[in-house]
Amino acid sequence: MADITDTTPAIIAAPASKPTRRIKWGLVGDHAILILGSLFMVVPVFLVFMTASHTPVTVHTEGMQWWLGDQLAENFHAAMFEKGGFTDTVDGMRMLMNSMILGIGFAVGKIIISMFAAYAIVYFRLKFATLAFWIIFTTLLLPLEVRILPSYEVIQGMGLTNTYTGLIVPLIASATGTFFFRQFFRSVPEELVEASRIDGAGPVKFFIDILIPLSRTMIAAIFIIMFVFGWNQYLWPTLITTEEGFFTLVRGIRQIVQTYTDSSIPEHGQAMALAIIAMLPPVLIVIFFQNWFVKGLTESDK
Amino acid sequence: MKRAVFSNPWLPILILSPQLAIIAVFFYWPAGFAIQSSFFLQDPFGFGSTFVGVSNYTDLFASSEYLRVAWFTIIYTVLVTFFSLAIALLLAVKADNVLRGAKTYRTLLMWVYAIAPPVAGLMGVMLFDQSTGPITELFGAFGWDFRLGVNYWDTATAMIIVAVWKQVPVNFIFFLSGLQSIPRSVREAALIDNRSASGRFWDVIFPLLAPTAFFLLIINITYALFDTFGVIDTLVKGEPGNNPMTLVYKVFIDGFRGNDLGGSSAQSVVLMVLVLILTIVQFRMMERRIHYT
Amino acid sequence: MSKVTLDRVRKVYPNGVEAVRPSSFEIPHGELVVMVGPSGCGKSTLLRMVAGLEDITDGTLSIGDRVVNDVDPADRNIAMVFQNYALYPHMTVAKNMGYGLKNRGLPKAEIDAKVREAARMLNLSEYLDRRPSQLSGGQRQRVAMGRAIVRSPELFLFDEPLSNLDAKLRNQMRIEIRSLQRRLGVTAMYVTHDQVEAMTMADRIIVLNAGQIEQIGKPSEIYNRPASTFVASFMGAPPMNLLPASYNGNGHVALGDDLALPIQADADHAGEVQLGIRPEEVHLSDKGKTPFQLDLIEELGASRLLHGKLAGHEFTVNAPNDDAPLEGTLMLDLPQHALHLFHGETGRRL
Repeated sequence: MADITDTTPAIIAAPASKPTRRIKWGLVGDHAILILGSLFMVVPVFLVFMTASHTPVTVHTEGMQWWLGDQLAENFHAAMFEKGGFTDTVDGMRMLMNSMILGIGFAVGKIIISMFAAYAIVYFRLKFATLAFWIIFTTLLLPLEVRILPSYEVIQGMGLTNTYTGLIVPLIASATGTFFFRQFFRSVPEELVEASRIDGAGPVKFFIDILIPLSRTMIAAIFIIMFVFGWNQYLWPTLITTEEGFFTLVRGIRQIVQTYTDSSIPEHGQAMALAIIAMLPPVLIVIFFQNWFVKGLTESDK
Repeated sequence: MKRAVFSNPWLPILILSPQLAIIAVFFYWPAGFAIQSSFFLQDPFGFGSTFVGVSNYTDLFASSEYLRVAWFTIIYTVLVTFFSLAIALLLAVKADNVLRGAKTYRTLLMWVYAIAPPVAGLMGVMLFDQSTGPITELFGAFGWDFRLGVNYWDTATAMIIVAVWKQVPVNFIFFLSGLQSIPRSVREAALIDNRSASGRFWDVIFPLLAPTAFFLLIINITYALFDTFGVIDTLVKGEPGNNPMTLVYKVFIDGFRGNDLGGSSAQSVVLMVLVLILTIVQFRMMERRIHYT
Repeated sequence: MSKVTLDRVRKVYPNGVEAVRPSSFEIPHGELVVMVGPSGCGKSTLLRMVAGLEDITDGTLSIGDRVVNDVDPADRNIAMVFQNYALYPHMTVAKNMGYGLKNRGLPKAEIDAKVREAARMLNLSEYLDRRPSQLSGGQRQRVAMGRAIVRSPELFLFDEPLSNLDAKLRNQMRIEIRSLQRRLGVTAMYVTHDQVEAMTMADRIIVLNAGQIEQIGKPSEIYNRPASTFVASFMGAPPMNLLPASYNGNGHVALGDDLALPIQADADHAGEVQLGIRPEEVHLSDKGKTPFQLDLIEELGASRLLHGKLAGHEFTVNAPNDDAPLEGTLMLDLPQHALHLFHGETGRRL
């Protein structure tokens, strides 16, 4: 039996020499890489913001700006409230409103329709459940971009160009949301259905009283993802909205770019201001609801 | 399938019908229409069309321009996928290592997810501007006379950089969440078994990330093929001319500028087949994907 | 000789929490030491510092004669068995066991031989080509053991290795680990929150509480002479009865107003004390002098637990199971050797 010294802290004097803090070079390197990566992500947008505060002539002759100029308010004001510039009949407010309609309309429509569909598939004994499943599932295969021209022809044939319906509804025709909810509903414990049936709840009550409250975070996460997806749509709005009154901010970017091919000096400051406005709402939502968003995104994988 | 289900006969059909109706009208109809149109030659002035069999397809594969676009699409997809995965993996591994500032880094590295591709493209137009773009100047300092919109491969480089910039965040989020789901004790066991950090990464961490990486591979290929439309359209300012373009962009150009419904539809069908193959590969791999623990 | 020496080892987390107060002890070669305590007591932190998975804030740690404070975990010549086994899910059983050896640059044939030998010892020979996901909990536990054995380490570290097993398997593995450690003669540190595991497996037990060592000793010492009320109530099931009392300094402890017990101890503390009595050292006896108000009987089979009140305080008696009907007030015999005295404020043994 060796010596045992059970020492209580009171007896112990301070250790003879405080060990010097070792600098962990590996960790320094990690931070260096992460800082570089963050700069890679942030600097371009920083430049856009700074450039938005200068006059078109400055930008035209000197390129993007690293420092704040004096035209910030003017450029944002012009981008938001002045008709003309890039388009003749709409201002930034109108486009912002259209973007909101598209983003929220798409997200809400998608959530409602796909929650219903997923509920039917997961919780009901259906003869053609497998068939319905595959019909819906196949839509995951083909992005809108692939079938863009025939889709356009169909919508045009229905007279839905330059309508919000034509803008939003075809985008909903994919099953991503249904799959999110299907996966989520399947993870809800079966005992809950059994318990609520014993408590006398039918399918409608179960859906409203149990399933929707349980899905709250999931709904929030999907809303964020779908809102960003809808807001950022470009190709479809480009085709379906030719009237400027229906332009979204992202659609408006196309007009900006096309003025760049003109010979006159483009309204760089306003263009950058509009770009900032176009990215701000989805960026803010993603940053502030980061945890929900990340959860929703990564759990769709399983 | 759940054990306990409701057996109401009409309710499920009722709540399933909106989804099915939308899919039928806006998915199956156009898709069928595409397949049908791909076998017809449409009169350029809209007066009827003629059945031409597979000649739209044979024309396609005989067209040197189409093959050139296909070839570029492959190179572009490979490079975009590789760089956005590699950069995101590196950043995710580092972000997983550090404790201090981890949350800040995560935010800084993921928020670009929310920026629309065409907005990123517009930023690219400014950054790569032929005379005043900061990146053009940077390249110039290294003796590279960068000419966006003039030189084919210079334009391609800008497209790839912007597309990668836009895609790194998604990959980063997935890789980081994949890394964080690796049990701490497994990493610690590796710490005892292997003194080399890179050895530990390639022997233990990377294999455990493989399912995530494979899932992302498919996502990134799809992204490069289809979702970078906005990046390309803005970088070439809507006028591709002699600039590089991808297959999806060509579908758009031929269909809407060239009014070649048959040819464009044939291209759509080729892309559909491509996506189908990708999906089958994905499911094959997912079946074999080892469900650890 | 691979003894382990801790000299005033201390752990402070970056957030300022002192998880382990300066602690010193030495584990001689071949001994199995169990560190036991409630969750958050610092036992795992201590083990992880020995493994090199946590930095040591102050003090020195030696394995053998080598100070290893700044040595990489892979270079400490240790092996660790984790609570959830921490097997590499993508490697076969054989690869799992051989991975550490491969990284040390051992020739393949030698790795193979060692893995086979370990697998034979642990009855894993037929599972060498399986993945961990294809094994049962007990088998995974064995693989984790095998991975530790093949390294022929100087020191085994066990971090609650049995807590994920069911009760029956736990008893079986307890015996197996103990006999294996004996056979191999390797020094071992074992962390658990289960006092039965601690009592049955340990050569010596270290009882920790709130980052501080309460007592170090052989299981019998810990049981018979607990150093504090914490040790007294933590080790032993059902736990020791602790009653507030006062000691007059000359051989009598007063429980309440009208109960005084003679005591052997020659404590030099007078005043408030805690009187500790193990339930199994109390006897029911007609000649007993201490009244006990019985409330509830718990049948355990071999014995029964009588719960009730003694001098107005909760008290438990572990009585032999003789089917005799019991109720009301019983008389207890409290032998002098069964009375433990602890300081009323510090809780230290008097």
